[in-house]
Amino acid sequence: MTTTSFPLAQPVVSPPSSRGRLYWAIADSLTMTKRNLIGYTRVPEAIFFSSVQPIMFVLLFRYVFGGAIPTPGYHYVQFLMPGIFVQTVAFGSIGTSIGLAEDLQKGLIERFRALPMSRWAVLSGRTTADLCRNLFVMILMTAVGYAVGYRIGTNVGEYLAGILLLLLFAYALSWGFAYIGLAAPNSETAQLMSFPLLFPLTFASSAFVPLQSMPGWLQGFAQHQPVSIVVNAARDLMSGVPKPDLVLPPFTSIVSTGRTSSTVFWAVIWSLGILAVLAPVSVRRYRRHAV
Amino acid sequence: MTLAIQLEDLHKTFGHTVRALDGVSFAVETGTIFGLLGPNGAGKTTVVRILTTVLASDSGRALVLGHDVKTEPEVVRRLIGLAGQFAAVDENLTGTENLSMVGRLNHMSKAQVKLRAASLLEQFGLSDAAARPTKTYSGGMRRRLDVAASLVAHPQVLFLDEPTTGLDPASRADVWAMIEALVAEGTTVLLTTQYLEEADRLAEQLVVIDHGKVIAEGTPATLKASMGATVLDLGLVDNRTALRAGEVLKAVNDKPPVVLGNTVEVNVNDGPRIVTEALRILEAEGIAPTTLALREPSLDDVFLTLTGHRAEVESDTTPADQVKPNGRSQRGKRGRS
Repeated sequence: MTTTSFPLAQPVVSPPSSRGRLYWAIADSLTMTKRNLIGYTRVPEAIFFSSVQPIMFVLLFRYVFGGAIPTPGYHYVQFLMPGIFVQTVAFGSIGTSIGLAEDLQKGLIERFRALPMSRWAVLSGRTTADLCRNLFVMILMTAVGYAVGYRIGTNVGEYLAGILLLLLFAYALSWGFAYIGLAAPNSETAQLMSFPLLFPLTFASSAFVPLQSMPGWLQGFAQHQPVSIVVNAARDLMSGVPKPDLVLPPFTSIVSTGRTSSTVFWAVIWSLGILAVLAPVSVRRYRRHAV
Repeated sequence: MTLAIQLEDLHKTFGHTVRALDGVSFAVETGTIFGLLGPNGAGKTTVVRILTTVLASDSGRALVLGHDVKTEPEVVRRLIGLAGQFAAVDENLTGTENLSMVGRLNHMSKAQVKLRAASLLEQFGLSDAAARPTKTYSGGMRRRLDVAASLVAHPQVLFLDEPTTGLDPASRADVWAMIEALVAEGTTVLLTTQYLEEADRLAEQLVVIDHGKVIAEGTPATLKASMGATVLDLGLVDNRTALRAGEVLKAVNDKPPVVLGNTVEVNVNDGPRIVTEALRILEAEGIAPTTLALREPSLDDVFLTLTGHRAEVESDTTPADQVKPNGRSQRGKRGRS
């Protein structure tokens, strides 16, 4: 005879060896991702207002500063939008630190630490949910770009590859911001701690202005830091590689695949490198108080 | 005798100075309610966090159903449930979603989780609110959901860290009834509390800790008995008279009387005889008590005697993560250019 109620003191939890560690790491991460995504849908105004700032940046640079910034080889809007995209997803990944700091503050992390769940799942569930949020924001920003006159300079396939690259980079950054979220005393501080890290990286980069316009000492930093590398790769993939003698105003640029593959290669290497270093560091931090 | 929990000489220091646990040992039999009693900052939460594998001790051993929390944390996590000091529910999720999440993270099947969540919500009187995000819940409802979440995976040992702190009396009574029902079904419960009434009502065995050390243990009855069989309470017109009465009453009992405000408390073994004698002495001194009562000692009296202060009633606000790295927060702010 079957019955639908369980005797209370009898554990119904699966035995430890029934499935592998990797299976549970993925299953638990998906559970946590779902939980975070549900959270986003319950507070839609948070996503709405977090999209306002990047749109303001688009308008500011496209219509206020843009006219004063010469970008040889590109119409400014073609130069600008890939940079804004990178800036947007990079700042979006700060959400990871805020979300984790909130969970910690509310005692949720305490509960998760006492559960037989994978030690990776709290962080990977959060970073994956933030990846989904960034994907949503990128769809929105693509529409915004179209509205202000941006046109794909290559083809849809390369443009989508550019979006994938941005998301990979933001995902890698999320794992770093996870560390800050776990180390910060509260969510407000987590945000304040994240901002000064990201601000110089996004603004002292090739996102908004050509590097040649910066003083020499700054160019050295700006040229080799990961945001510039990702911005250059995204620009090559989305707007196309500039032809030096190109005259304004055509909105498209000429593609030369040779240069694109090299910039993309280094952008992918940087993103994977950041991920490979920061993900274990953050998980270590998560486990630190545990045994 | 099977032990659900065994602590041997547990030590834990935060930073270099804060000695949270200074050699705590006790044992809890299966199927009982065990009370861990102590004032704010005594180390109660630290004990719970170590036993639930959330925090590692510096030295000593902690076993849950025979499994060492340090060497077999994954086994221990499968056996326990924890309702921490905060109502740890996700306020964006509904009641059902919260319980489902915890069930799935305990690796129960979807079908099991569905049944279990519904039955727990029913049991805790939350069925009507099951589909509402928990940010709309009252404090008492959140607390009940929090305790329900700790029960999803049918834990054999349940840790409740101040489960009724901040609850109104009706919700408190609900939680008490629920704890008693659990133990009737075979679960072992370790309960920390600052409320002596709660420990008195629920716990079969108690330890009292203060400054990270066990200062008393036993049943509520034995602890109270150690106080003397009865307490003689005398009310006087004012403090000065009370002090004078305390002075003259030293003669009637081996344990000196305690004067609090305008009352005098005497712990006595031979109540009726001492009442007669005390009244005779007071009359000879010309002191007339305004009230007089002979009562059973409460755990409050035990606490007062053991720790030298009354149980504190304000809630414990120790943050979940007690150790925070300081002064490193601005790392990377400069130094890039």
